[in-house]
Amino acid sequence: MERTTKFVQGNEACVEGALYAGVNFYAGYPITPSTEIAEALSGRLPEIGGKFIQMEDEIASMCAIIGASLTGHKVLTATSGPGFSLKQEAIGYACMAEIPCVIANVQRGGPSTGNPTHVGQGDINQARWGTHGDHAIIALTASNHQDVFAMTVEAFNMAETYRTPVVLLFDEVVGHMREKLVIPAPGEVEIVDRLRTSVPKGVDYRPYLPREDGRLPMSDFGDKHRYNVTGLYHDMWGFPSANPKIVNELLRHLVDKIENNVDSITRYKEYFLDDAQYILISYGSSARSAIHMAKNRREKNEKIGVLELQSIWPFPSELVREKCANAKAVVVVEMNMGQVLAQVKAAVDEPNKVFLANRIDGKLITPTDIKGLLRVIQGRGI
Amino acid sequence: MRRTRLVFSGSGGQGVITAAIILAEAAVIHEGKNATQSQSYGAAARGGATRSDVIISEREIDFPVVTQPNILVCLTQDAYTSFGPEIRPAGILLTDSKFVETTKKVDARQIELPMYEKVMEEIGKPIVFNICVLGALIGISDVVNADSVMKVIGERVPKDFIDLNKKALNIGIELGLPYRM
Repeated sequence: MERTTKFVQGNEACVEGALYAGVNFYAGYPITPSTEIAEALSGRLPEIGGKFIQMEDEIASMCAIIGASLTGHKVLTATSGPGFSLKQEAIGYACMAEIPCVIANVQRGGPSTGNPTHVGQGDINQARWGTHGDHAIIALTASNHQDVFAMTVEAFNMAETYRTPVVLLFDEVVGHMREKLVIPAPGEVEIVDRLRTSVPKGVDYRPYLPREDGRLPMSDFGDKHRYNVTGLYHDMWGFPSANPKIVNELLRHLVDKIENNVDSITRYKEYFLDDAQYILISYGSSARSAIHMAKNRREKNEKIGVLELQSIWPFPSELVREKCANAKAVVVVEMNMGQVLAQVKAAVDEPNKVFLANRIDGKLITPTDIKGLLRVIQGRGI
Repeated sequence: MRRTRLVFSGSGGQGVITAAIILAEAAVIHEGKNATQSQSYGAAARGGATRSDVIISEREIDFPVVTQPNILVCLTQDAYTSFGPEIRPAGILLTDSKFVETTKKVDARQIELPMYEKVMEEIGKPIVFNICVLGALIGISDVVNADSVMKVIGERVPKDFIDLNKKALNIGIELGLPYRM
């Protein structure tokens, strides 16, 4: 088999990535600007024997993928801000019950129904703290279609590896724009499959008893073993417990399994960082403007570099601190009121040298917008 | 041309966005170039001035929005009024003479062609008007090859309509050729 080249929307690149990773169940409720993901999968999944269900709403969609994942499927749902809000309770359930699933949020302008057909990046903190209670989550993003594909595959892999919901934080510009996508040949990119228990039928299976390496092998629900799944604190059989030791250990496990693996989960790209005096930190479609601007300025020998984050949660604080250690100034380029900015300020040694270049009017931030702010920081005026 | 920035504009239903997609796809799939295509969503997609931005380049394309197009196509008066002023100096401004009355000279090659009238005269179906516009662009500039566009049309269009599209493309090419750069 060979690679195939396509000219597609970012949402279709997400679909190709999901199919490459082995998705075989999708439940969703269509919402702009994510609808093309549902549209494409409604045709593609039945062709490969998978299931596509348009549910009555986003809450039901999220619950459906959780159930399907438990039965052994690789699952996806896609939405945008308003739908992502509705999914939060069930996302917490998936965190607590440790159920692998992937949620694509193609961001538009918020809050509320906001600015449906225009770009925004305001759901960064919602991805982290949208559901209540202490927990950890993985959120990935991408600025171009090749990376949308790659990060979608990674999302499925990480969901299986860490038994957790993984959020794909795309945005309207990347979702709707068309550009080239080269789909790797089968086998070219590693796929993490479901880790199933070797405990035979009729033998006591403990779904929440970790192996030596800390991973929890699963048993397809309704197949060999009977077990309980709950959003309550639970023991190794999955039965509810308020035992302080069990509660304490479970919460620490849920957070540590992700936060302690930040180095393995972190994904990023860097452009001209080696000698950069000014560093732009960006992600998603705004990173395209940051990269464009840096390439142009480099031609004029200005020492500007870009750190493009592809994993937002767990936040790669150590990476950001190291990369920015020698910068004169750091500019976070994003389309919200400074959500990643706050993380960067908390990560670096000198937070007062971190600035925000943002745009929140539904238009893609431009290289000129960024250049203007940088000139002000440099004391050169616009 | 190392980097071509195009804006297709008109009103919903004219096939403006389809034309933009076909052009960009031809460049990517059949000529090994990079291209991005984006468009305005929302109210503008249903009547009013709608536009689609295409960038074609040998190199990587980061910022996908066209600010000053080298090639601007306007298929309605509204689109001409809204986007006309954005043309890059010395660029090409292509309009359809039935739908657009050009009002002032800009620092660009202004080319007015009777694309719609020719299509109606020789084919009688407005459905391939957008393909005729693509043909005109190919006649005027070397943005992509006609073969590449025909291949994309062959992949996208039902068999019975391929000849119709080919005819429309050729009408456009003939209209555009006298203005070739």
